[in-house]
Amino acid sequence: MQSNDSAPTSTLRLVVAWSIAGIPLLGGVAQTLVNAMKLFQ
Amino acid sequence: MTTIDRRNEYAKSMIPFLDRERTIAKPGYSRWLVPPAALCVHLCIGQAYAFSVFNLPMTRLIGVSQSAPDDWKLTELGWIFSIAMVFLGVSAAVFGRWVEEGGPRKAMFTAAICWASGFLISALGVKLHNLWLIYLGYGVIGGCALGIGYISPVSTLMKWFPDRPGMATGMAIMGFGGGALIASPLSVWLMSKFQTATDVGVLWSFITLGCVYFLFMMFGALTVRVPAPGWKPEGYVPPATASKLITKNDVFVYQAIKTPQFWLIWTVLFVNTTAGIGVLGQASAMSQEMFPGRITPVAAAGLVGLMSLFNMGGRFSWASLSDYIGRKNTYFCYMVLGFILYIAVPYAGGSGNVVLFVICFLIIVSMYGGGFSTVPAYLRDMFGTRYVGAIHGILLTAWSAAGIAGPVLINYIREYNLAHGVPKAQAYNVTMYIMAGLLVIGFIANLCVRAVDKRHHMVSEAEPSRGLDLPGGAQAAPAQA
Repeated sequence: MQSNDSAPTSTLRLVVAWSIAGIPLLGGVAQTLVNAMKLFQ
Repeated sequence: MTTIDRRNEYAKSMIPFLDRERTIAKPGYSRWLVPPAALCVHLCIGQAYAFSVFNLPMTRLIGVSQSAPDDWKLTELGWIFSIAMVFLGVSAAVFGRWVEEGGPRKAMFTAAICWASGFLISALGVKLHNLWLIYLGYGVIGGCALGIGYISPVSTLMKWFPDRPGMATGMAIMGFGGGALIASPLSVWLMSKFQTATDVGVLWSFITLGCVYFLFMMFGALTVRVPAPGWKPEGYVPPATASKLITKNDVFVYQAIKTPQFWLIWTVLFVNTTAGIGVLGQASAMSQEMFPGRITPVAAAGLVGLMSLFNMGGRFSWASLSDYIGRKNTYFCYMVLGFILYIAVPYAGGSGNVVLFVICFLIIVSMYGGGFSTVPAYLRDMFGTRYVGAIHGILLTAWSAAGIAGPVLINYIREYNLAHGVPKAQAYNVTMYIMAGLLVIGFIANLCVRAVDKRHHMVSEAEPSRGLDLPGGAQAAPAQA
């Protein structure tokens, strides 16, 4: 069973979690944007 | 044994660590950890949209530099994606209730196992040159991972963000749209690294992707938590004046599908998806044929890339907007704006207005994505949060049906027009008008959506205060026997 102890989430943990999800996504978006620019050439 | 006991036993797993009760957040846990956890799963399973990058290399597994007589044909390989999509819909519908009662960690863990196994079995299929193994691996097992993974974080996110349910699910479902943006260049890069004079590099790319995706999805499974019973965001006060279209009651999953509201929303999603999927899949060919000489194949590829970005961005922005203007009004936007834009496409083609054409397509595809991400919150408004994941799973059959209807409408009507002497540049006009007509049906269906009748609401079997603390959350039963 879950205990009622407090376990505050640190800012570092939030930054790491968002980086793990966000960095690959941003990389994919950037790569797609580069390809999409061909529409305007 | 009572109904509650039976459901609690049903929800418990052989690995207690995965059980819902073990994932209840302790005080101080930040709800902002849940969206990246959900994103990790959706970004991985979103790879499905980029699977086609493997198709051509897989036609050269034996011949390597060019297809050998025993190599697989593109038509045979096309079935891999189709099987996966069918099993996405089937597994979301079949396992929806299990996902809801077992909790997000168990579902994400299962999805991670299935997704990684799908790639590894497919790698074995490549090694043995057995296409049936790939159908089984990526198609069936991977397809189940798609369905279970897709719905796994939806209701959890809405419980963590009762103040912004649209934004929360929009963030996760945006990941499904964004997964292909990562997977496509990553797969091409992996194949180039593993390619040798005797190997196209697919085998080790599959193995690598399976392992990497497993780690990412496990990060999501380990990070996700469900809120403690009675938890509310700090400072959040539920609206005092309840909207007629936002229920405070829950509807049992199998009761929900007996309501007209479920089928009206099914129709709305089907129509929106059919219209969007039709143009999404044919955008490259359509743009080149409508503007011959002006939109080159390279520019068309750029348009497709831009459309994937709008598909992804639309999932977040439209769903977030729905928190302010309401779900029903958001779907009215999709239907009315979509109608105008589909009518405008033939005009843009006829007048040679490329800018108008591109703008129409980008907004259409953003609403296609928005339709997916807004619908979980729409279901939550109608049927409550208790079984929303399971109801959402069944609703996804609309996606599977639209996946057949959209491309068929576009392709067959185009072929029919060409066979009857219609110039290529105008071959899509009738289809655009038909899509606009479909959106009128969607508009009417959305207009008919009313609050669910009280007789469908669940009646508590346990003390109201216990609520979510029951393992499996099984605290209630349908009002009707």
